[in-house]
Amino acid sequence: MDITKYTALEIGQMIKDKKLTVRDAVLSVCEKIEKTDGKINAYIRVEKEKALIKADEIQKKIDEGTLTSPLAGVPIAIKDNICTKGTETTCASKILGGFIPPYNATAIEKIEDAGMIVIGKTNMDEFAMGSTSETSYYGAVKNPWNTDKVPGGSSGGSAAAVASAEAVCALGSDTGGSIRQPASYCGVTGFKPTYGTVSRYGLIAYASSLDQIGPLAKDVSDCAALLDIIAGHDNHDATSSDREYPSFLASLDGDIKGKKIGVPRQWFEKGLDPDVKKAVLCVADTLKSLGAEIVDVDLDFIDYVIPTYYIIATAEASSNLSRFDGVKYGYRAQNVNSVDDLFSKTRSEGFGKEVQKRILLGTFVLSSGYYDAYYRKALKMKRMIVEGFENAYKKCDVLLCPAAPTTAPKIGESLKDSMKMYLSDVYTVSVNLAGLPGLTVPCGFDGDGMPIGAQLIGPQYSDADVLNVGYAYQSHTDYHKHTKEV
Amino acid sequence: MWETVIGLEVHVELSTKTKIFCGCSTAFGAKPNTQCCPVCMGLPGALPIFNGEVLRYATMAAIAFNCEISKTSVFDRKNYFYPDLPKAYQISQLYFPIGKNGKVPIKVGDTEKVIRIHEMHMEEDAGKLIHSEYDNETYPDYNRCGVPLIEIVSEPDFRSSAEVIAYLQKIKSICEYLGISDCKMQEGSMRVDINLSVRKKGEETFGTRTETKNINSFRAIEHAIEHESARQIDAIESGERIIQQTRHWNEDKRSSYAMRSKENAQDYRYFPEPDLLPLVVTDEYIESVRASLPEMAESRKQRFMSDYALSDYDASLLTASLHTAELFEKTLSKINMPKEIANWIIVPLQKLLNERGKTLDDVSLDPDNFAEVISKVTSGKINRASGMEILEAMVEAGGKIDVDGYIKEHSMEAIDDDGLIVDTVRKIVGANPASVAEYKGGKTKVLGFFVGQVMKELKGKANPAKVNEAILKELSK
Repeated sequence: MDITKYTALEIGQMIKDKKLTVRDAVLSVCEKIEKTDGKINAYIRVEKEKALIKADEIQKKIDEGTLTSPLAGVPIAIKDNICTKGTETTCASKILGGFIPPYNATAIEKIEDAGMIVIGKTNMDEFAMGSTSETSYYGAVKNPWNTDKVPGGSSGGSAAAVASAEAVCALGSDTGGSIRQPASYCGVTGFKPTYGTVSRYGLIAYASSLDQIGPLAKDVSDCAALLDIIAGHDNHDATSSDREYPSFLASLDGDIKGKKIGVPRQWFEKGLDPDVKKAVLCVADTLKSLGAEIVDVDLDFIDYVIPTYYIIATAEASSNLSRFDGVKYGYRAQNVNSVDDLFSKTRSEGFGKEVQKRILLGTFVLSSGYYDAYYRKALKMKRMIVEGFENAYKKCDVLLCPAAPTTAPKIGESLKDSMKMYLSDVYTVSVNLAGLPGLTVPCGFDGDGMPIGAQLIGPQYSDADVLNVGYAYQSHTDYHKHTKEV
Repeated sequence: MWETVIGLEVHVELSTKTKIFCGCSTAFGAKPNTQCCPVCMGLPGALPIFNGEVLRYATMAAIAFNCEISKTSVFDRKNYFYPDLPKAYQISQLYFPIGKNGKVPIKVGDTEKVIRIHEMHMEEDAGKLIHSEYDNETYPDYNRCGVPLIEIVSEPDFRSSAEVIAYLQKIKSICEYLGISDCKMQEGSMRVDINLSVRKKGEETFGTRTETKNINSFRAIEHAIEHESARQIDAIESGERIIQQTRHWNEDKRSSYAMRSKENAQDYRYFPEPDLLPLVVTDEYIESVRASLPEMAESRKQRFMSDYALSDYDASLLTASLHTAELFEKTLSKINMPKEIANWIIVPLQKLLNERGKTLDDVSLDPDNFAEVISKVTSGKINRASGMEILEAMVEAGGKIDVDGYIKEHSMEAIDDDGLIVDTVRKIVGANPASVAEYKGGKTKVLGFFVGQVMKELKGKANPAKVNEAILKELSK
């Protein structure tokens, strides 16, 4: 049975109704991967055998009635920067080659407790540093809508896997837009929760104060169902919030009457592709027709978000990635003549160019004499961005803007001009700096048939509200249902 | 005419059961890499969780060192590469440490002085590198990674090694009384870095300083200070300039070498640790910790003086170290002879320990055993010399022996047999009529002669009280 056109919740229901076995669900996804992934390169590793063993265990529990999650038995793809016990986890880097975590990330524990089946580890930009999924040691990921184009990044493997039906749903991580931007490029739904909603324990850190795990799926309901599983306080993560979350899935009612949708006009000016602009403004019209009120809001920090983000993210990254030194695990350079030589050779040979560039940048902004000029100033700017959002939310409930200024660029284009690549994060990074929830929903296509995504951003802990606006939108549009046969 | 100026950085390992950011044991001496987990080994994706017990210990220390306690203190990352530091950064505190502006009073001879504490912060320890002679490789042991430390940074207030030692003993004593650390330099639970410069007496400005590391005993501290001070004075007198640098002390060779100079000093790129939230302590918390502080040396000394009628001198010596004070009180609970016990601790026990270069940290003398020896001597069951001998055997055995067995084995029992004593006294008195006449003529000094003779006859083992009594009785006949 080909299950690839169904959503995760539909598959979960079919399993519950005994119309589908967990084993067949796994086999169907694996078959699709075997057929398609040669063209997409969405996966670094597919764990078919492990998944099948797990499928039988889970089937038994479902039959016994001990698993009640609506996604029990549903296969899921996991970004390769999330630790999976016993399965190599590389962050798409040579330097982590051979690293098999002895523990599961908390999100994986929860996924497994719910009875979901990890099908494989998805490709990504090395250490999540990139917006195109081209910097992977395991080769670039292709966009299923046009394999000459990038899928976006850094969770490009997860987005492309969902878009090409090589995955029912996936987990990604978002540090500056790494879920929302590839979701936009690949025409899938992606959600970055409020910082602290999902435990970061076991997520290999890029920038600790910005990183957040989130779902990529076929629609908002699937995202909400996944969030129900992975959200919640974790004693292993001091930055995880101790709030109690109601069911995100159950709170989707599609009623947005009287909701105020803020449109930040400054964000629709320079650098925005006309097709993207048109499609996103159309979303405003649709939401208005559903009873929402559209208001203009002022968010004037847009010119500062890229430098602020790249200072804070690279500073933290330079420290987070220092542990990859060849001493304990992963790649180790040979023929070294001292400990310092071991460190520098291992890191020079093990990290790709983009990662090295960001480590150097981060090292520079933290170094003595420059800390005040860069890092401290960026922290101040971060504070102003938080306040800017707070002011905007005095006038509206949810903000609407693009997820990216353009549709997916051609493979190779961005690496030639990294400034251009960095600027493609302009609509997403401020959301991480302020720790807010952000959702990308497909909202149209450009002249070349490439998907466009709209972004909905809410105040901290308004995740359910944001998802509900997206749900209302998807209940009255079908952009998220378009697929492209690879 | 030269003056030595010293400031200290003291690291003290806190004796919490578990590590500062994970649940692993902090016990010393386990097999390499058996007390670690993804967190303290810094595996990718692992995150630190702060152990609240460390805050309590650090707050106790900050109160005892008279520090101002920061209501909000923040952890920072100190970044550097080294194989014993698995994350390549140490979680420490730079910008907002838990304690600031403390004061520690010390006493050298009769001179009292206050050492100012610049700041006191919490941090995690690094691992250890073990060099294998077998295959000439170096292996990391991560058991010590994440063991909690406090670092106490003094102002440059010391002018001699005697002041430094007095201060360190005070720090050690305070930590022991608080029960937050055993402060054993040999085991590395107390580590001292010495910042030292010299200047002409009377000068206002400081000279260029060096930092000396790897000092593992109080004796080595003295040697290192003398050596570094002399080295700098020699250099200046022969026209050289002192270079700001870090030096490595070698106690065996009694010399140091330069590890790195200021020019190639590490840039630690400190920044706030994003994986941990700022620590907020309330006034109520500080007060609750203050209220829970155990009795400290000074108040115990006052209590010893008032409750046990000990002199200021005796009480000071007994309370300088918690181990000594505890031994005294525990022994006292067995035999109520405060002055006698104090004398035994202050004189013979101290001498025995000094001769062996040990303290009561190393030899945990069993108070029951100790009380047994003292009471056997005071009750005349054995004589004082035998008592000393048994005490020495106890120290040698690490603190405890079978006292009765030892006495038997060495035939130390005092002769308690009244008949034998009286017979012997009669014999000696009968054999020395001249001395008896002297005694009766008022020369009571000859009493000592009779005691000596009787003791000699009984090979020194007679109960002296009984001998005295029997002689007096015999002579009064």
